[in-house]
Amino acid sequence: MNSLTGTRALARLALRLDRVRLTVWVLGLAVMPMGTAANYLSLYPTEADLRAVSAVLANPSLVALSGPLFGVSIGGLTAWKIGVTEFILVGLMSLLTVVRHTRTEEETGRLELIGATVVGRYAPLTAALLVTALANLAIAVLITLGLLATGLPAGGSLALGLATGLVGMLFAAVAAASAQLTQSARAASGLAGAVLGGTYLLRAVGDTGPTWLSWLSPTGWALHLRPYAGERWWVAGLFIGIAAVFAIVAYRLVARRDVGAGLLPQRLGPAEASPALRSPLALAWRLHRGLLLSWTIGLALTGAVMGGAAAGIGDLQSPNQQLTDILTRMGGSNGLTDAFLAAIFGITGMVAAAYTVQATLRLRQEESSGRVEALLATPVGRLRWAASHLVFALLGTALLLAVAGVAGGLGYGVQIHDVGGQIGRLLGAALVQLPATWVLAGFGTALIGLAPRFSALAWAALIVSVLLVELGALFGLSEWIVDATPFAHVPKLPGSAFTVTPMLWLTAIALALGAVGLAGLHRRDVPVA
Amino acid sequence: MTEAIHVDALVKTFGPTRALDGLDLSVRTGEVHGFLGPNGAGKSTTIRILLGLLRADSGSARLLGGDPRRDATELHRRLAYVPGDVTLWPNLSGSEVIDLLGRLRGGLNTKRRDELLERFDLDPRKKGRAYSKGNRQKVALVAALASDVDLLILDEPTSGLDPLMEEVFRQVIREEQQRDGRTVLLSSHILAEVEALCDRITIIRDGRAVETGTLADMRHLTRTSIVVGLAGPATGLDTLPGVHDVQIHNGTVRFDVDTAALDAVLRQLTTVGILSLTSQPPTLEELFLRHYDRTQADGEHQTRVAR
Repeated sequence: MNSLTGTRALARLALRLDRVRLTVWVLGLAVMPMGTAANYLSLYPTEADLRAVSAVLANPSLVALSGPLFGVSIGGLTAWKIGVTEFILVGLMSLLTVVRHTRTEEETGRLELIGATVVGRYAPLTAALLVTALANLAIAVLITLGLLATGLPAGGSLALGLATGLVGMLFAAVAAASAQLTQSARAASGLAGAVLGGTYLLRAVGDTGPTWLSWLSPTGWALHLRPYAGERWWVAGLFIGIAAVFAIVAYRLVARRDVGAGLLPQRLGPAEASPALRSPLALAWRLHRGLLLSWTIGLALTGAVMGGAAAGIGDLQSPNQQLTDILTRMGGSNGLTDAFLAAIFGITGMVAAAYTVQATLRLRQEESSGRVEALLATPVGRLRWAASHLVFALLGTALLLAVAGVAGGLGYGVQIHDVGGQIGRLLGAALVQLPATWVLAGFGTALIGLAPRFSALAWAALIVSVLLVELGALFGLSEWIVDATPFAHVPKLPGSAFTVTPMLWLTAIALALGAVGLAGLHRRDVPVA
Repeated sequence: MTEAIHVDALVKTFGPTRALDGLDLSVRTGEVHGFLGPNGAGKSTTIRILLGLLRADSGSARLLGGDPRRDATELHRRLAYVPGDVTLWPNLSGSEVIDLLGRLRGGLNTKRRDELLERFDLDPRKKGRAYSKGNRQKVALVAALASDVDLLILDEPTSGLDPLMEEVFRQVIREEQQRDGRTVLLSSHILAEVEALCDRITIIRDGRAVETGTLADMRHLTRTSIVVGLAGPATGLDTLPGVHDVQIHNGTVRFDVDTAALDAVLRQLTTVGILSLTSQPPTLEELFLRHYDRTQADGEHQTRVAR
């Protein structure tokens, strides 16, 4: 038996397990660039339209969000609009897939079952990378074909497809390495996810300031491959080189460590529980604090960077009508900077909602893992148990938004010498997002109470909401469809007028959904596998 | 005599599966009650209904004089539970789990906890993810046994424990037996364990109680397998009452004997002269087979024979 024996069987198993999940990812990622290009073709039919809109896109705030615009063409515009989103999502898909088929299998002990059969030492990792590579290849090919179908030039279409696939493979390799370091799958994805988030921020800073910084970031390279703007094919070599380094590290580590072990040391815990660990809430704090802390750091950094980038907009003293129009569509109406900040906090709200969903579904995880049984056999009632986790979904999100608002206020305020005023304003802009995120917590709770096996649909609700808000206008969807998402009703602060009615409605809906879910949880059998 | 647990005609279905099919169970206060049955018989389902986690489709269940579902919070102060499949929080140490569960129950006896940790030879500082199955089991056992409660519900508590630790467990349960008013419901699929510990036993199969009583009451159901080396020929052995399946091979004799007839058979063998003797206690499976043999022979009602 050589060290790769069994790779093919394991890869087929992974494809079988992921057939729905990966198909959704691949199709979603493949359709977005094509849709965007088709839409731009109808929005900007003439060269003059393109020139007008492109002039506007050179401003630092949009550059911070999406990177620099390299080519004045439908293709260039498409690559700019959708590029960074695609790169982040494909990175996420790849790192989650690799961790799921390596560290998760190992942590749950399923790998032990498989490892005792005729399976080589490198087979599980190789199978995970193969499956991820297959998904990335499919994405790259479909993107290229889709863009070609809309009539865009072949070189650029291939470059955008290639860039997306390469970012995916790079983060697959990063996850392969991180999965060797930690014992828990959650920590492994967290580590790789932090690298992904870091490269986004590095690019945002680099693209608005010292350019060399963005050359340190793989999401930056993908743009510098310059689809539709004189493609620089050699940049692809950077990806392959760095991905190879991470992959080699991963294989070296696999060879050196024991199954089940990580490289980061496992510390012993205390010999006696701290006196504070005596309630469901104290337990929930132990289970949530790591996640909450890493999200807090991430959102604080993002807030500060974006706040700082917003100050650059003030330099742009010739706002033309086109720019105002675009930013109005994205954000609010009073002033470019405010519109940018409103757009940023709109996105921050949706990002924070990912934490909300994650924290809410922790409830379900406690149940399906079986840990809840011992807990509910004590005098702790199920509503008290549920509340201990939902507190983190609701108030944890409030904390994250507040931190993002304060950090944004600092980043922006320091540059325009108005720290006190801006912190207050941007704190408000961040916190108005809260009721919308709560609706997702409510929806998640309702699923857990009424249809526990389908509680992962809370993620689908978030993704659909984000897509509708972000791309609804672009695709010309009817108002009422977009209005079905909670985020469509958030006041666009700062800049617009604050209206309290939608906030109250969102909160009421969130509470109603939550109450329905808790009533269901109270009635139903626990645990449902 | 008061009852700690009373279950009457309990039915629970999961989709098309009928997990409990009219189960009756009665556990008296102060006794160690064995809840015996093969995997999938419905033991864990019964226990989960008693804990108020599952809702029965029909039938009634009373626990310590209360309703398992409605009075769950108050009842749970007075009981401790070891789940059949112990899962721990990966980032909490063993002692943190033990202390937390004890405190949630309203306090635990720290002296008793330390003593149990010692006896079960468990390092409580390890994180949940680092424990083996047996050690996870020990964490749950220590957490339950260190609490001062009226009722212990143990769902296959020795699964994953090595024989040495099984013995420690038996000793601890025997000590519990000495303490007044403490009731233990011990679910198991190992007859020897139940035999060693329990005052009374309920045997459950396919969601129904098929037999209940003391082990002595059930002696008629059990047979012991004996392998004996004899000094002379084993004449007349197969004609003795209660002896079955006699096989003779080079002076070694194998046979099964009804427990009730054991004494007479051994007397007979000593007259011939015993060179060596091994005996194997009846297994659960044999007991079941016996049970079904009997019910079929009596023609009391139609029973499904083991698949």
